[in-house]
Amino acid sequence: MTVDIRLAADTALLADAEEGHEEHHDTASIVTLGFWIYLMSDCVLFAALFATFTVLRGDTAGGPTGREIFALPNVAIETACLLVSSFTYGMAMIAAERNRKSEVLRWLGLTLLLGLGFLGLEIREFADLVHQGFGPDRSGFLSGFFTLVGTHGFHVFSGIIWMLVLMAHVAYRGLTPENRTRLMCLSLFWHFLDIIWIGVFTIVYLLGAA
Amino acid sequence: MFGKLTMSAVPMNQPIIMGAVLFMAIGVAVVLGAITYFRFWRQLWSDWLTSVDHKRIGVMYIILALVMLLRGFADAIMMRSQQALASDGGAGYLPPEHFDQVFTAHGVIMIFFMAMPFIVGLMNIVVPLQIGARDVAFPYLNSFSLWMTISGAILVNLSLAVGNFARTGWLAYPPLSELHFSPDVGVDYYIWSLQVAGVGTLLGGVNMITTILKMRAPGMTMMRMPVFTWTALCTNMLIVAAFPVLTVTLGLLALDRYLGMHFFTNTAGGNPMMYVNLIWIWGHPEVYILVLPCFGVFSEVISTFSGKPLFGYTSMVYATICITVLSFTVWLHHFFTMGSGADVNAFFGITTMVIAIPTGVKIFNWLFTMYHGRVRFETPVLWTIGFMVTFTIGGMSGVLLAVPPADFVLHNSVFLVAHFHNVIIGGVVFGCMAGYNYWFPKALGFKLDERWGKISFWCWLIGFYVAFMPLYALGLMGMTRRLDHMDNPVWHIYLMVAAGGAAIILCGILAQLVQLYVSIVNHVALKDVTGDPWNGRTLEWATASPPAFYNFAETPVVLSRDSFWDMKRRGVAFHPPVHYHRIHMPRNTGAGFILGVLGGVVGFGMIWHIWWLVLFCLLAGLAVVVAHSFDEDRAYYVPSGEVAEIEGRHFQQLMPQAGD
Repeated sequence: MTVDIRLAADTALLADAEEGHEEHHDTASIVTLGFWIYLMSDCVLFAALFATFTVLRGDTAGGPTGREIFALPNVAIETACLLVSSFTYGMAMIAAERNRKSEVLRWLGLTLLLGLGFLGLEIREFADLVHQGFGPDRSGFLSGFFTLVGTHGFHVFSGIIWMLVLMAHVAYRGLTPENRTRLMCLSLFWHFLDIIWIGVFTIVYLLGAA
Repeated sequence: MFGKLTMSAVPMNQPIIMGAVLFMAIGVAVVLGAITYFRFWRQLWSDWLTSVDHKRIGVMYIILALVMLLRGFADAIMMRSQQALASDGGAGYLPPEHFDQVFTAHGVIMIFFMAMPFIVGLMNIVVPLQIGARDVAFPYLNSFSLWMTISGAILVNLSLAVGNFARTGWLAYPPLSELHFSPDVGVDYYIWSLQVAGVGTLLGGVNMITTILKMRAPGMTMMRMPVFTWTALCTNMLIVAAFPVLTVTLGLLALDRYLGMHFFTNTAGGNPMMYVNLIWIWGHPEVYILVLPCFGVFSEVISTFSGKPLFGYTSMVYATICITVLSFTVWLHHFFTMGSGADVNAFFGITTMVIAIPTGVKIFNWLFTMYHGRVRFETPVLWTIGFMVTFTIGGMSGVLLAVPPADFVLHNSVFLVAHFHNVIIGGVVFGCMAGYNYWFPKALGFKLDERWGKISFWCWLIGFYVAFMPLYALGLMGMTRRLDHMDNPVWHIYLMVAAGGAAIILCGILAQLVQLYVSIVNHVALKDVTGDPWNGRTLEWATASPPAFYNFAETPVVLSRDSFWDMKRRGVAFHPPVHYHRIHMPRNTGAGFILGVLGGVVGFGMIWHIWWLVLFCLLAGLAVVVAHSFDEDRAYYVPSGEVAEIEGRHFQQLMPQAGD
């Protein structure tokens, strides 16, 4: 039975080929899959950083512990910024679906501002810690903390640069198929960073302050 | 202005190093001079440096691998001769700080810049052809990957002339590799050359997986894919899953060295053993990244030259997948002596031994493929049979080392050195050579000389046994690895024999160079006009040798495994299509090359603390990427007339054969 089905499928393929269809690849799905695979590699990268942070969490070498330095209200605002920015990015995608270019740009702009707000808060937190003498060279714990959180922050920064370039693309050329694929990839990236942040928020801050 | 870089970084007072530098400089000058003399610059730029053609990129990867083989082997000869000379009271000729750089550079170059580019090059040339695709999924990214790898290789070699290389062993364990114990630029060269090349490898992995999953010819289901493509898929999944860990590990070591952090220091809460764990979480999958595609090569070769379909295709695929998964569960066997306790060691010992099962399945599949076959003993088959014998021995010494109590005695000894050379040379090098001889006619349009190929094989095979069997014995006698100087007359004779073995391998390498030279001289006689010089079974043989840049005038339709064999059986192979269509192809671009160069300069700036240069190159790189993203004229249509003309030439060559 299965053999019959397969034979039927093959016959159809041959018939297709003989008709001489000009093959065209589904570029959007290729790019999106490739980007997914890249994101998975990024996920492994974060997994390694989470693991190192967890190993070094107790190695404070006489320096401060998480409980002493984490300001949860600040982190809560950061989290809110990032979660809301995922929502606004989603709105940009809906607008793109409806072919409303200027609306896409407005939502992307709002996402950008929220991302910048997140980064600003994070940089302020880092600067405060360094100022108090609790920089990344103070202890293994702080090395792990700055590196994990900083790597996420660097990703957000890259996302912001990308978003600026993409807004220029959309403003310039409109919602072309190519730009829609790019919007999709940045969307994946942005939501991915959100998920990583939820891990950071839980494992670094909530467990650290507990 | 130039960071830590001063004229004193050039080791003018070291005659051996300066001699090597001079030799390299002459080599580079000869190549550049030849390019100028033959007025090849323009063509080099337009046809090669800016090429996004997967076949050309693959060829360039393999050229890199062959050049690095010479460099890495020069290091090997130095080690073998130093140990032979300095084992019976003699002092040898290499001072310890130089000897330590030599064994570090040997490992780094052979793994990262010989074996990896060779494997990646073979996959690049063959996989798109085997799946009936026109190119890889992301051709421009492919070019970028190549140039990042080459930049990394250039950085390693630059360390010979400017500064020095790491003296830490090829995995740069801390705390030795920390700033406190290795204050000079050696470890920084190590870190940044691998980071730069690693970016290329990782993105290459993403590219290849997407290609295999998305761009197979119609009808090619997963279980109709050639085994080499299967192994390439698994290897690239390993690359994507393992290389980020290497990036993190080296990144954290860099943070320790550059920003005074405490990941792996033995002060302020750092944990050196965490580095050892992390690097082997990448490092063990890495050896399977190298060997799986070689298993694929052997599968293709043995089935082609036995004139039979591969025995146990399905079990071969599942064995490959098993090895892929298991490779992530064994890393701790590299440091049983860490002291993680009997239970943990037993777990990792058992997982390690379990890997021998799928590998054994493969060996039996190859044997049964040959059984009742009409085996043609051409060069690729010799490499394959040499592999089966040698790799089995290496595998058995590996299972022995997987027993934790035995490992406590043997770890860090030259028994271990013998074991991994037994599997890496017997598996990876033999596999690369089999693939090189097998696919050379496909890539370049003419076969390699058989006689010199066989001489090369026998020298390598015999040389390997003479060089490494004594090391097994020495390891059991208690000789530890990486010794610069020892005074033990009992060991001396073994080391002399081992040095002799290295000399035989040298003959093998020279024979390979002669083979290449002779084949180029005789390329007219060795020309492959059919595109199918070995009576092949898979799709890469269905097109001309070398294939036109678009690979296939008409996308093949796949109805079975060994689909080209099937086409020949049905009598539809070697026939021109009824009519030609225009073909959509990517344009060449210099962006990948420019980004690769910038990546190399960023690495150089980081090594020597030239911060303005780093910042400048990063911004320039960003500008190139953004500018490239605005260029939407990246592809074009090859008119059907041009396709017809190119194919016409191929079929005209075929005519004499078409009669019979």
